[in-house]
Amino acid sequence: MVEDKPKQILQNMLNDRESDPTHLLQTLIEVQQAFRYIPHDAIDRLAESLGLGRAFILGVIEFYSFLHLEPRGEYDILLSDNATDQMQGSRLLAELLARQLDVGIGGTRGDYRVSLGYTSCTGMGDQGPAALVNGRAVTRLTSERIDRMVSLIEQAIPLDQWPAELFAVTAGVVRRDIILNSDYSAGAAIRRGLEHGPEALLDLLEQSGLRGCGGAGFSTGKKWRFCAGAEAAEHYVVCNADEGEPGTFKDRYLLQAHADRLFEGMTLCAAVIGARRGFLYLRGEYRYLLETLHKTLQQRRERNLLGHSILGRAGFDFDIEIHLGAGAYICGEESALIESLEGKRGIPRNRPPFPVIQGYRGMPTVVNNVETLANAAMIAQHGPAWFRSVGTAQSPGTKLLSISGDCERPGIYEFPFGTPIGEILAACQAHHTQAVQIGGAAGRLIPPTEFGRTLAFEDLATGGSFMVFNQGRELLKAIDNFTRFFSHESCGFCTPCRVGTAMLVRQLGKVMVGHATTKDLDELATLGTLMRQTSHCGLGLTAANPVLDGLEKFPGIFQARLCSTSFEPSFDLDASLQEARALTGRTDPGAHLEGGGV
Amino acid sequence: MVNKVRIATASLAGCFGCHMSLLDIDERLIELVAQIEFDRTPLTDIKQIGSCDVGLIEGGVCNAENVEVLKAFRRHCNILVAVGACAINGGVPAMRNQYSLAECLEEAYLSGSGIDNPQIPSDPELPLLLNQVHPVHDVVWIDYFLPGCPPSADTLFTFLGELLSGQPIQFAYRQIRYD
Repeated sequence: MVEDKPKQILQNMLNDRESDPTHLLQTLIEVQQAFRYIPHDAIDRLAESLGLGRAFILGVIEFYSFLHLEPRGEYDILLSDNATDQMQGSRLLAELLARQLDVGIGGTRGDYRVSLGYTSCTGMGDQGPAALVNGRAVTRLTSERIDRMVSLIEQAIPLDQWPAELFAVTAGVVRRDIILNSDYSAGAAIRRGLEHGPEALLDLLEQSGLRGCGGAGFSTGKKWRFCAGAEAAEHYVVCNADEGEPGTFKDRYLLQAHADRLFEGMTLCAAVIGARRGFLYLRGEYRYLLETLHKTLQQRRERNLLGHSILGRAGFDFDIEIHLGAGAYICGEESALIESLEGKRGIPRNRPPFPVIQGYRGMPTVVNNVETLANAAMIAQHGPAWFRSVGTAQSPGTKLLSISGDCERPGIYEFPFGTPIGEILAACQAHHTQAVQIGGAAGRLIPPTEFGRTLAFEDLATGGSFMVFNQGRELLKAIDNFTRFFSHESCGFCTPCRVGTAMLVRQLGKVMVGHATTKDLDELATLGTLMRQTSHCGLGLTAANPVLDGLEKFPGIFQARLCSTSFEPSFDLDASLQEARALTGRTDPGAHLEGGGV
Repeated sequence: MVNKVRIATASLAGCFGCHMSLLDIDERLIELVAQIEFDRTPLTDIKQIGSCDVGLIEGGVCNAENVEVLKAFRRHCNILVAVGACAINGGVPAMRNQYSLAECLEEAYLSGSGIDNPQIPSDPELPLLLNQVHPVHDVVWIDYFLPGCPPSADTLFTFLGELLSGQPIQFAYRQIRYD
């Protein structure tokens, strides 16, 4: 299928790179972009030039949702399928799109003009329903916007000539606190770091009490200190911008509006740990930010904030590369992210050793969230006392929240740690709230009786996702959505997660269609608990949270759907004979089954 | 003489391999028979199940008759055990689940090679096929799952022995490893 011209493109791509196997994933993403799939020729050439096996390369292609072995349409449309998108009517819009374009959901049209499918949350919860068209984010979908897209597609208008408003991503900051209100001056943090030396900077960070903003809350100062103390030929700093937790989009805003702060934080970290290379691992869904991020990096190079002898300090050489993800939630886990950076499938590593000791290429590596690194830069500039002026003793400072769902003002909110959930709900003007999902699909489901609890690592920790459900919502649908999400995103490495997430979907499905009894709820709880006890990484450990929290805090939504018998079949017995009845034309009594359980 | 424990067995969509494995306990059958008696099972050829203590089910659920038999077992057995891979997961018969029923029947009876007088059988004597093959726990509550393809004779013997003695059921590692 690869004709001469594409062959040449492929050759140029390969020539541009050294023959380094860690380039595999980035090259595959480029090939996918250029050809709309990964041709077999490309696999052969990559195998040869990178010295990798075909099976290894196929394994990588099949791991990432955005890489394909079969050609996708010229317009590859993926609709974001998070619970909040669905609440905004995304499923109906998908059907509308499918009808108008005459393509099945999950399929490619015969003329290869268009492909249509669903994808995990694209990080546009405050401006959904959202979609990706050839990787570019389209926001605020309505039936009117769908009509426009269909007409552009049928006229074969190239994507870069589509009206810019379709791609508009607004910042949407509603509440600012010390971080977003304070001024940032480029280079100030690095200068301070260079003046006082790494030790003083580590002290300063530890005094500030800054903790990892990805959700786990590990002390940033400690992490950097461990890494700086690990003897090795190279050290690396990696920014985790794989913001995949459903309902989170605060890093999108930081990358869009404050990338400079983030790069300052990475450079500061490099100065402390002695890194010469840094990586920004950007989730594929945010590739629309790539151009401006590259521009920001270039500006920093021109101002000597990156590159050789940064700010005139001889020997302080550091630069940042941007790596793209390709649609894999698990790559937000730091060790899976490092595997992905190395060009491989994103399978979480055994820990320990932790990345600060053995990370990228086996070298000590700091992996921090976008917000953490940006905060580190601000702390170095304004001092630890400034940061500690808000928040709690154990959770100093503020947290950026991505608020979506049933509230009048969704968007980005900066709240001091220690703020009660009720106050946050009032601020975003949520009414008649039934529940809040804090910390994304992997987080916790909070009922109104717990709205007095606070946003803090010692109470309710969150990576930033805050999804609101009002009393009109069927909460079980959201739980089902999250459970399916994990089943789709499980990396498949360990059995408790690979099999457990699939069984959880089936078992919950039995509840959804009204075939379950109390015994099935016991099974759900047993299964969820087993997954928590035995999974390899955080994904499997938290995948049952929505179900287990639901069972504990909202038992009524499950019980309302139960049968009164002791056990019911998981499917409709008589309906299951319908196809055979049609094929044989039988209507005798033996061609029917009584429903119900025993 | 104490009342013997009454056991029924059935093979649904299975290959009878699990039943063969049960027979493979060899002379220990004699030991077992001192404690148990059989109700409906292919071994006795009793067709209707009566009240039982234990029911052993081999095979998944592929047709209407399987559903009826399985439900009858659940009604009559205090303890129902899913024996072997097909009962637990659908096993080999469930490989047809990736095709529609129509595709399966067309291949077998209409368009496959070497077919004389092609027609899809519709005699009322024949049980109708379900759209999909299901594990037994999709249809009735199952008390114990005994994995293996088939579970080894030793595993079956250990299971029955411990069940009869009222002990918690535990297996030696070699009895539940499958590689």
